[in-house]
Amino acid sequence: MGMTIVEKIFARASGQSRVAPGDLVVVDVDCAVMLDMSFHKTARREILKVHDPDKVVIVYDHMVPAPDKDTAEAHSAGREFARKFGIRRLHDVGPDQGISHAVVADRAYALPGSVLVCSDSHTCASGAFNCAARGIGAPDLLAAVTTGKTWYRVGKTIRYDFHGSLQPGVSAKDLFLHLAGTWGHHTNQNVEFGGPGLAGLSIDQRRTVAAMGAELSAEFATFECDDRLIEYVKARNAAPFTPQAPDADADYAERRTVDLGALQPLVALPDAVIRNSVPVDNVAGEKIDQAFIGSCANGTLEDLAEAARVVKGRKVAAGVRLLVTPATQATYAAALKAGYVETLVEAGAVVTSATCGACFGGHMGVLGPGETCITASTRNFKGRMGDPTARIFMASPATVAASAIAGHITGAER
Amino acid sequence: MIAGKVWKFGDNINTDLMLPGNLLLAPEVEQKKAVFQANRPGWVDAVRPGDIIAGGLNYGMGSSRPAARSLRNCGVAALVAESINGLFFRNAVNFGLLALECPGVHAAFAEGQTLEISLDAFTVRNRETGRALKALPVPAMLLDLMRNGGLYPYLEKQGLIAPLGVA
Repeated sequence: MGMTIVEKIFARASGQSRVAPGDLVVVDVDCAVMLDMSFHKTARREILKVHDPDKVVIVYDHMVPAPDKDTAEAHSAGREFARKFGIRRLHDVGPDQGISHAVVADRAYALPGSVLVCSDSHTCASGAFNCAARGIGAPDLLAAVTTGKTWYRVGKTIRYDFHGSLQPGVSAKDLFLHLAGTWGHHTNQNVEFGGPGLAGLSIDQRRTVAAMGAELSAEFATFECDDRLIEYVKARNAAPFTPQAPDADADYAERRTVDLGALQPLVALPDAVIRNSVPVDNVAGEKIDQAFIGSCANGTLEDLAEAARVVKGRKVAAGVRLLVTPATQATYAAALKAGYVETLVEAGAVVTSATCGACFGGHMGVLGPGETCITASTRNFKGRMGDPTARIFMASPATVAASAIAGHITGAER
Repeated sequence: MIAGKVWKFGDNINTDLMLPGNLLLAPEVEQKKAVFQANRPGWVDAVRPGDIIAGGLNYGMGSSRPAARSLRNCGVAALVAESINGLFFRNAVNFGLLALECPGVHAAFAEGQTLEISLDAFTVRNRETGRALKALPVPAMLLDLMRNGGLYPYLEKQGLIAPLGVA
């Protein structure tokens, strides 16, 4: 039997001709991404050696701009670390900063066919780039930075073949909610995306689906490479790369077909996304206190465009907070130029600087006791965005924006 | 052989239930007080050193946060679950928590029964009922890390990171 995309990447990166499910592989890491959180005094360890400073990227994203003095100290420690070891790619607060997975996309650091790690679970977002990318633990990341290597247990792969195209008003988030609602968790399995419908999905849409691979509990969520991706990467990064396509006889645990044209807007009910998706109409009328659009999954330029389209010329309902967080400052600047930010602010939205902030309940949009939120972000676990008694519904940016205008959950006009 | 009293948890137990986001940057001693606070208040006062968690499917889905360390700090001797999220499993290796996948474990135990683990054969046995199950083998390299305090002591020995308190 042949190999899947990630098996071929692992074979290359471990110097073997063949890798199969059940193997434990030790691979060379092409890019190790550190975060502001890596330098927080409660978490950091003093690093004595860096394997290759040119394979390390540092991005400040969870706590930016520093909301407290301990974080400010962590930011200083990260700057000093970068200076000491000659790490040139430091994305500090400013125009080059953003949520790490989105910065990695903006700059195409995640090269097709490469291995990328970061100590954040949504690192799988870079799977959109035909990259074997996954979240690892903080100790794993130090091992990758200091030795240049990491390990993987190779899981079986579920292949999803896309057919057709999404209808207007149906988003990549709805595609994810369909996958999680229909097939549930993919623990210890890789997911691989391709098929004739892939060409119709933008890079931003693929990033949304890949980021949400963590919520499928997948090991890796990897897209096939195509001309659209190659063009996107070449426009951003001059480094050479070798994409990996699955073998024609790749050994999949299962092949599943998704008819993109048949999908409808969905909402995940509070506390979980695994087999928890319902059509928007099932929860229409549910009153909300907060509506959030952002994160590595839904802070793309296309997400902001969709939110702006829905709220244009309308006003956010009294008593509702609509918070919008572009995933990077570069995305913010592009949204500003395109007029999306003006449209959102005129409608009553608060547009924040780029951060993981509200998505992980850290800052800039934390929920209080008993509140209800509808979010276009990564997670709706109990307590995820603040108080554990808050309820978090999850949907697409369009559904969230329409709900903010209505004051209760509703679908967007399409 | 490792043996301990069983606490049962269901499917899809996520990292945030073990380590809430508002304590991400708190000291470990504060973090461990919050384990299962949202879904099982009082558990941290009832759990005893050496106890074992018998979990369901997809145990530990979610964040890269060191939730496995909080279980270890609560004295949990092992996690044995139907299946374990890959990132949580990595952190079990990283922070020295014995974690095994064992299909059938959830149904085979009632809470409070004693779960025995043999790492020679990767078997799990219910001391009260005598029922024995096969766990999935953990590669030796990873089991060594799990059983010897995790990855930081290894990186210290290699001279790659400084020991704590020296920096």
